[in-house]
Amino acid sequence: MTSTSLSDQRGERGERSGPGAVLPAPAAGAGRQRSRRRALHWLTAVGLQLPALVLFGVLVLLPILFALYASFFRWGGFGMPSDYTGTDNFSRLLQDPVFLGDLWRMLLLVVLSLALQLPFALAMAVLLNQKVRGRAVYRMLFFAPYVLSEAITGVLFSMIFAPDDGLADHVLGAMGLGGLGGQWFAGTSTVLATLFLVMTWKYFGFHMMLHLAGLQSIPAELTEAAIVDGANPWQRFRHVTLPLLAPTLRISVFLSVIGSIQLFDLVWVVTAGGPDHHSETMAVTLFQYGFKRYQVGYASAISVVMFAVSLVFALAYQRFVLRRDLEGATTNMRGAGA
Amino acid sequence: MGDPALSRRGFLAASVAAGLGVTALSGCGGDSDGGSSSGTTTIEWWNISTTEPTKTVWAGLAKKFEAQNPKVKIKIVQLENDAYKSKMTALTASGKLPDIFHTWGGGVLQQQVDAGLVEDLTDRTRPWADGLLSVAKQPYLLDDKLYGIPFDIGMIGFWYNKALFEKAGISAPPTTWSGFLDAVRKLKSAGITPLALAGKESWTGMYYWAYLAMRTAGVDALQKADEKKDFSDPGFVQAGQHLKDLVGLQPFQKGFLGAAYSSPTGQAATVGNGKAAMELMGQWAPVVEADAGKGLGANLGFFPFPEVEGGAGKITEVFGGGGGHALRKGAPQAAVDFLKFFASESTDKELVRKTGVLPVVPAAESVLADPNTKVVQAQLKGSTGFQLYLDQAYAPALGQQVNDSVAGLIAGSKSPQQVTQAITGTAKQGQ
Repeated sequence: MTSTSLSDQRGERGERSGPGAVLPAPAAGAGRQRSRRRALHWLTAVGLQLPALVLFGVLVLLPILFALYASFFRWGGFGMPSDYTGTDNFSRLLQDPVFLGDLWRMLLLVVLSLALQLPFALAMAVLLNQKVRGRAVYRMLFFAPYVLSEAITGVLFSMIFAPDDGLADHVLGAMGLGGLGGQWFAGTSTVLATLFLVMTWKYFGFHMMLHLAGLQSIPAELTEAAIVDGANPWQRFRHVTLPLLAPTLRISVFLSVIGSIQLFDLVWVVTAGGPDHHSETMAVTLFQYGFKRYQVGYASAISVVMFAVSLVFALAYQRFVLRRDLEGATTNMRGAGA
Repeated sequence: MGDPALSRRGFLAASVAAGLGVTALSGCGGDSDGGSSSGTTTIEWWNISTTEPTKTVWAGLAKKFEAQNPKVKIKIVQLENDAYKSKMTALTASGKLPDIFHTWGGGVLQQQVDAGLVEDLTDRTRPWADGLLSVAKQPYLLDDKLYGIPFDIGMIGFWYNKALFEKAGISAPPTTWSGFLDAVRKLKSAGITPLALAGKESWTGMYYWAYLAMRTAGVDALQKADEKKDFSDPGFVQAGQHLKDLVGLQPFQKGFLGAAYSSPTGQAATVGNGKAAMELMGQWAPVVEADAGKGLGANLGFFPFPEVEGGAGKITEVFGGGGGHALRKGAPQAAVDFLKFFASESTDKELVRKTGVLPVVPAAESVLADPNTKVVQAQLKGSTGFQLYLDQAYAPALGQQVNDSVAGLIAGSKSPQQVTQAITGTAKQGQ
């Protein structure tokens, strides 16, 4: 998906919808007929979408609204919420050091993902986009962790990083670096870094694949032209590859950030948020309160904040960053014209 | 792009409200009221016996019951301890529990009873349940009504490696807290890890604080504090201080903060493989040590939690609990029959002989062979006071808060005062 092909699509679409929308109605009869036709179109559209809309409403909108409702109550999860406490749950959240820690760790993971994981994935993609012997094997190997379930990954790495007995400590010990290991997931200061290592191992392959797909849609002629113009490899990467890869990178960033905000399964399996909350994420705290303490009202407040953070990020990102990529790809009322 | 992201977000938000119901629905898909066309009743039996040999023995007992009652089918659902608790939370919220389910009694059972989901067994089990050991029934008696039938009763104490104690020059198990700290120091200077702890599972650390609180503030203090919603008694702060003293000696295995309990590198395996000298654990410890690790055999010993000098508690007061089964409201008669079968003398003898539980039927005492189990049994019989596990005795929020705060104390991030403050805060808050 390059910007060239996008603008092509946009051009085509514009031409097709253009005349119908711009031409003035030639006669009153034709206008009435057209509005009736349009009403029929609307009816068909609504009718066709109704089953999906109902499902979406019941399974997505309703629970969101209910969580919002429950977040204003002190509620144990039995019966309907009745003990209205206003915004108590939210003010409690803002004073809860664990929750504030969750926000901080979320930020940290987002920054680390963007600063280390994605550049690493991009570097691997660029390497494997070249004619390397056995590159299909490498691609498969690097992508394999992404296919593995989070639970299996978690169990695997809690064995690898088991203090003293684990593979990691044995390898480090054999290299004479035994002093480096030892704590991993068990240390309050090392747990987040170790977790990020595992996350990178697990997810970089996915981003690498995205980037590879993006790289392969860049026409070779452009690179060749740059070579003819005397551009060195860095200049070719910086001024040809990177700009044309930008839409892919923007999607990659989006997925990575949303993934970091909602991180749960891996953490739950490996550390359950410990030691002493040092690897806890919002979703883990939510689970603790909702499913272990039965403080469902409070847990709902956490879910609302999590939802808000994701929503604000997603909307802002789509509005300001993805706009160029999405234009023409999404349907809006402008196309229909009045 | 927007759509999948939105539905994922929606799903997470939903996990609190509808998610509870969805999980529950998928969980008890097969949970019908029994009664198929052929006239057989299917009973779901949810338990947490995922380790051997209990798993096999229980399956065998279910088969035996089926053979005796050809019209009843038993469907066993087994979940690991923590997973079971989570699942039950979801099921409780959904309003329908399995026919027969594992329970520890206390606050969690009370909550399920309050929600109207548990069958009152007082009358339905009257003739035979009266014969069961009364201390074993204690956790399931709520407002003088019986809601569960025990299959195990036990207590927490120190399980220790006799060979390692000998190596460190400790002649007899300590009976006082200062003697215990001395033993820890001796073990350390002999190059032996004194204690194994599963820091990832916070209930394991809670045992220390709870026992110390019983020893300093007295056996009734924990129950009274729950009723008054006030844990500021100086005895509780002292308990925290004693625990802090212990933690200060760095007695736990390397990486204990990330260790699980029953995994191959967890607390039980560390002791079972002789890599640490002691663990504070319940009567099931020998079985799990042998399952997760090699097991210590004749080298394994048991001693009760030491007395704290100057404290209000005695060494004969025990902290413990058991295991039992409760029935969902409206469970078929076959489920009651099964409870009766499971608490019969012959079944209890088999359980005691093969799975290392302590007898709940007095007559089954005769088959106790393991010397350690005998020590625990004697301790229980001679007990002068009893406190149920805190995470079961208290409402879930309070129980979790105790676990969580004590874990903070052990990790070094909370002071003894902060622990009692946090616990009091949650107690006052309710839900």
